[in-house]
Amino acid sequence: MELPIDYATLRLIWWGLLGVLLIAFALTDGFDLGVGALLPFVAKTDEERRMVINTVGATWEGNQVWFVLGGGAIFAAWPFVYAISFSGFYLAMFLVLAALILRPVAFKYRSKRPGKAWRRFWDWALFVGGFVPALVFGVAVGNVLIGAPFRLDSDLRSFYDGSLLGLFTPFSLLCGLLSVAMLVLHGAAWLGIKAERGPVSARARAIGTVAGLLGIVLFIGGGLFVAWGDLGFRIVGAVDPSGVSNPLRTAVVAAPGAWLDNYGLYPWMMAAPVLGLAGIVAALIGLWRRSEPLAFAGSAISVIGIISTVGLSMFPFILPSSIDPASSLTVWNSSSTHLTLFIMLGVTVVFLPLILIYTAWVYKVLWGRSTTTDFKTNPDLY
Amino acid sequence: MIDLAVVDLSRLQFALTALYHFLFVPLTLGLSFMLVIMESIYVMTRRPIWRTITRFWGVLFGINFALGVATGITMEFQFGMNWAYYSHYVGDIFGAPLAIEGLMAFFLEATFVGLMFFGWDKLSRVGHLFVTFMVALGTNLSALWILIANGWMQNPVGSTFNPDTMRMEVTDFMTVLFNPVAQAKFVHTVSAGYVIAAVFVLGVSAFYMLKGRHVGFAKRSMTVAAAFGLAASLSVVVLGDESGYALTDNQKMKLAALEAMWETEPAPAGLTAFGIPSLEDRKTHYEVKIPYVLGLISTRSINKPVEGILELVATAETRIERGVLAWDAVERIKADPTDMTARADFEIHRNDLGYALLLKRYVADPRQATPEQVVQAAWSTVPNVPLMFWAFRIMAGIGFLMIGLFATAFVLCTLRKHDTRWFLWLAVLAMPLPWISTELGWILAEVGRQPWAVEGVLPTFLGASSLSVGQLWGTIIGFTVLYGALAVVEVGLILHAIRKGPFAEQEAFAAPDAPTPAPAPAVA
Repeated sequence: MELPIDYATLRLIWWGLLGVLLIAFALTDGFDLGVGALLPFVAKTDEERRMVINTVGATWEGNQVWFVLGGGAIFAAWPFVYAISFSGFYLAMFLVLAALILRPVAFKYRSKRPGKAWRRFWDWALFVGGFVPALVFGVAVGNVLIGAPFRLDSDLRSFYDGSLLGLFTPFSLLCGLLSVAMLVLHGAAWLGIKAERGPVSARARAIGTVAGLLGIVLFIGGGLFVAWGDLGFRIVGAVDPSGVSNPLRTAVVAAPGAWLDNYGLYPWMMAAPVLGLAGIVAALIGLWRRSEPLAFAGSAISVIGIISTVGLSMFPFILPSSIDPASSLTVWNSSSTHLTLFIMLGVTVVFLPLILIYTAWVYKVLWGRSTTTDFKTNPDLY
Repeated sequence: MIDLAVVDLSRLQFALTALYHFLFVPLTLGLSFMLVIMESIYVMTRRPIWRTITRFWGVLFGINFALGVATGITMEFQFGMNWAYYSHYVGDIFGAPLAIEGLMAFFLEATFVGLMFFGWDKLSRVGHLFVTFMVALGTNLSALWILIANGWMQNPVGSTFNPDTMRMEVTDFMTVLFNPVAQAKFVHTVSAGYVIAAVFVLGVSAFYMLKGRHVGFAKRSMTVAAAFGLAASLSVVVLGDESGYALTDNQKMKLAALEAMWETEPAPAGLTAFGIPSLEDRKTHYEVKIPYVLGLISTRSINKPVEGILELVATAETRIERGVLAWDAVERIKADPTDMTARADFEIHRNDLGYALLLKRYVADPRQATPEQVVQAAWSTVPNVPLMFWAFRIMAGIGFLMIGLFATAFVLCTLRKHDTRWFLWLAVLAMPLPWISTELGWILAEVGRQPWAVEGVLPTFLGASSLSVGQLWGTIIGFTVLYGALAVVEVGLILHAIRKGPFAEQEAFAAPDAPTPAPAPAVA
């Protein structure tokens, strides 16, 4: 059967969709994670904490689906990436899951009982559920840039040499902290829009400012690592963008500095890091001038810019291997079949706009600031 | 060689997390639709009691839903974490329904569920009912896509092995979608979920009746549960029988194992009502048979035989021998992708490749297998017969009990004899039964498929990730502690909510001048 879109183009589209999913997750559930990480520090009294929780209480669940959908979409479109990354980062992934399992129950159960200890426990569970995933995602991205320690045998079974502690290198830790800073800034900006103005939003502004400044330093620091550190891989020899999905048929070498190659080849890609920095700056200006929409728009743009920077720097690599570069996964060698990519694109084209429409409607219905007294009149609130 | 300890621990972890997840999912499936029914009555009658009823069961729904979502996240990623080779081998087909589940179903339920809880005073009555309906639709569509994925593991249609990518690839997506096994499983599983929800509502209401609390609330809830439960329990048994029919073409070994049927049963096959299956003797002792029934269920005829385990093992042996030839061709293609003779050889025996993989349990290269190893591998296609035999009988037995329970409830509710005490006790005591039944149903479906992860295509032991025993123990202990603690908290909260009762929030939140809820009249 002749499909109307060729294989190479579909692979490129699905690489783009992978980015769209990750960015959508960071943009929406990102502020939920940030708000969770901020909770014990911006809200001191029980009333304040309930207000903060209720700024995301009704919508975090839908936002988290971007993460679950990300898992499913990677499985369907990039099975090699799904198989190797989640088993290769096994214990890190477990940490993320454990933290994310705590989150739904913490939201739901915290205010169902009056006890002080009970509530304090779930408040810290919400902190863990926000901070740990934000950190581990960043550390994981750092390790993707470094290359994961896996190799494939001739059956295309993967083997690993790494350990959980091995994931925490100076560079990956820097990426982890950048991710935390980015999402904390985003969470603080969200509280500016969604929480009642008062002591909580003042604290959020202060912490958000620190996170933003830290974010600028860490992002630039990451750039320096990429330029002068021992990072980067390069494909050598011919590549067939429509070839079969068998990673072992691509020749790859480690090439320090290669993550900057694309910016020379395609200067427009510089827009991504520029947006990443400009977004943080705009967010900081918004926080200082108490322009809440500017702060939120700025943090959103920085999320888009920073994540795009990672994807564009590595293109066409998705997951390079540090111990056996020839096993590296790229856009051209690790996708599903032409037919599966095409069908899944059709399904996405139908359902993604629908999701955006009803999500927007739900946000519109729930529009308005959350206050410290809401829960006294509304029994449904957390 | 594969580390079998890693395989066993990976299976243990998957079973624990899936069985645990499946404690919450069926209640969500059924209770969401019961909420739709209750809220529809509210919208039509506008009587506040029905709003109270909907909101109370909604609170319990919410406590349960939170854990269903939390444990579902694990499932989405566990294939990649613990079953990396499986994920690679079948991701081209298996990943699609999971992704579509996210796009079409999970997004729908998760986005609307927040509004369902928080939107009571932000939406019109009909608007809120619409939101509740979207949640119910989302959860049930979710089950559809998960069971399409699972159905493909039981009956891998619409796909073929590609030696260039060393994996299964989709050839016909529509066949995967309309897989008869998936369809039968979907209706059977969601009906089981409806039964669980009905038993839950019936049991809690009966508890209130016995205590003489919230009687008006309890009677109405009971009536909804009785009608919903009767329809659901009938369909779960009838559609379960449909599942049995779907088995005969696709998983003969599963059918033979759950019947503990060693020899081929000549037509018309009898159903074993009782017996003691023995793995050592490869016989079932003290059999009591009901003539004709198995033939009718599984072949819809009285003149077709039903194949027994011994005959199926013999078939497996020949398929293994042919599979080795396919494996040999794959190895030659790996060495030289342009080898056309090897590709031609592969085409002849491609359908038996999976059977050659069974040998990898005993020998690294299937071509080196001894005749004894071939026999051993053929016998490995027999799942755990006694477990299957008993799981099936208990599951089906509970299914019939549920029909009895709801038929009685329906009659009593129709006669307005809601306060028949012996029945109320029965309804409370019956509460754990459908959970036992659904968990056994899962065991039956998944243990019955062993040794295959994907029937005839990929043995389970080959699907595992190359992890270490230490890593697996770490996560098994981690999940067990976390899940165990959450189970205690969840049960505690549900009991707490039940003790508080449906009117607690109105008393706490009612404005001073608002009328207190009048003593409820008998039945709306």
